[in-house]
Amino acid sequence: MPRTNPPWEIKRELHVKAEDETNPKYGHNPTERPPEEYIRNGIINLDKPAGPTSHEVAAWVKKIMHLKVIGHGGTLEA
Amino acid sequence: MTGVLPITLEDSTKIVQAFLYSGKEYVCVMKLHGDAEEARVQKVLAEFEDEIYQRPPLRSSVKRQLRTRRIYYIKYFEKDGRNVLFKVACEAGTYIRKLCYDVGEIIGVGAHMQELRRTRAGSLSEESKPHATLHDVAYYFGEWQEKKDPEILREFIQPMENAFSLMPKIAVRDSAVDALCHGASLTAPGVLSVESGIAKDSIIAILTLKGEAIALGQSQLSTDQILDINHGTVATLERVLMSRGTYPRVWKSKNDREKPHP
Repeated sequence: MPRTNPPWEIKRELHVKAEDETNPKYGHNPTERPPEEYIRNGIINLDKPAGPTSHEVAAWVKKIMHLKVIGHGGTLEA
Repeated sequence: MTGVLPITLEDSTKIVQAFLYSGKEYVCVMKLHGDAEEARVQKVLAEFEDEIYQRPPLRSSVKRQLRTRRIYYIKYFEKDGRNVLFKVACEAGTYIRKLCYDVGEIIGVGAHMQELRRTRAGSLSEESKPHATLHDVAYYFGEWQEKKDPEILREFIQPMENAFSLMPKIAVRDSAVDALCHGASLTAPGVLSVESGIAKDSIIAILTLKGEAIALGQSQLSTDQILDINHGTVATLERVLMSRGTYPRVWKSKNDREKPHP
């Protein structure tokens, strides 16, 4: 069977349909969000250690950073 | 198990599905239960680079019915006695433990998964920066609380938009944003740019020109069709991500779709 490309090997081109400008008065470039907003809309690429479960690790981050809500993307269990 | 674990903070938890359903990559040590020739091991592993059958194991939270999963590639590294080291990229929901068991069965001697490390979950890999350990999180968060320098946050946190780098994206006009935040479908006049490879039912990320995520949508058309048409629905929304009022509500008459009215 021919090899299927994983999603991260798919190359995409950008096609411009129309031009317009964006008003600097509204919203932010994601990397330039003010700190509280940056955290609230942020993700962490965490290197999970052996031992604790993924849920425990996420709960630990939530506690350290005093967050109300935390999630994790896919359990890495034994 | 160790490795890449995407953590979503606060509001960005809305996008956790982008990781749950995305492809994964692992480095695995498989322990054979008997001796086997290296060539045989390599051959069998290569056979699994395919659409394979799997039934979830006893200890799982999903329905234990037979299903298929795609293995994108298997890269054999080396064999040291009965230990076999390889890298595997697979569809979400693939059990590497079961893969090792099945490989062992085909080889004939049996095998189990000895060790597993995840090297990629969707758009995040071991190489994606910033990459943080728990120690880094504690350290940098402490530094942030003390010094209040926003640059410190960028040492360990990245914008949630980085979760969408593998998804096809559509950028829209400022004037279309607030309607989308209220759940309105995306229509042709709002579209500024479209990435290639979109088909009907593709899940897409809808962004502002600044690169902010507005919503996840389901495309109703292909890339070429979207570029072609001047009116009509381009995508329905799956999940709104941006708060209402971030961009101004723009009133439009039914005849004049481009200019905002006072």
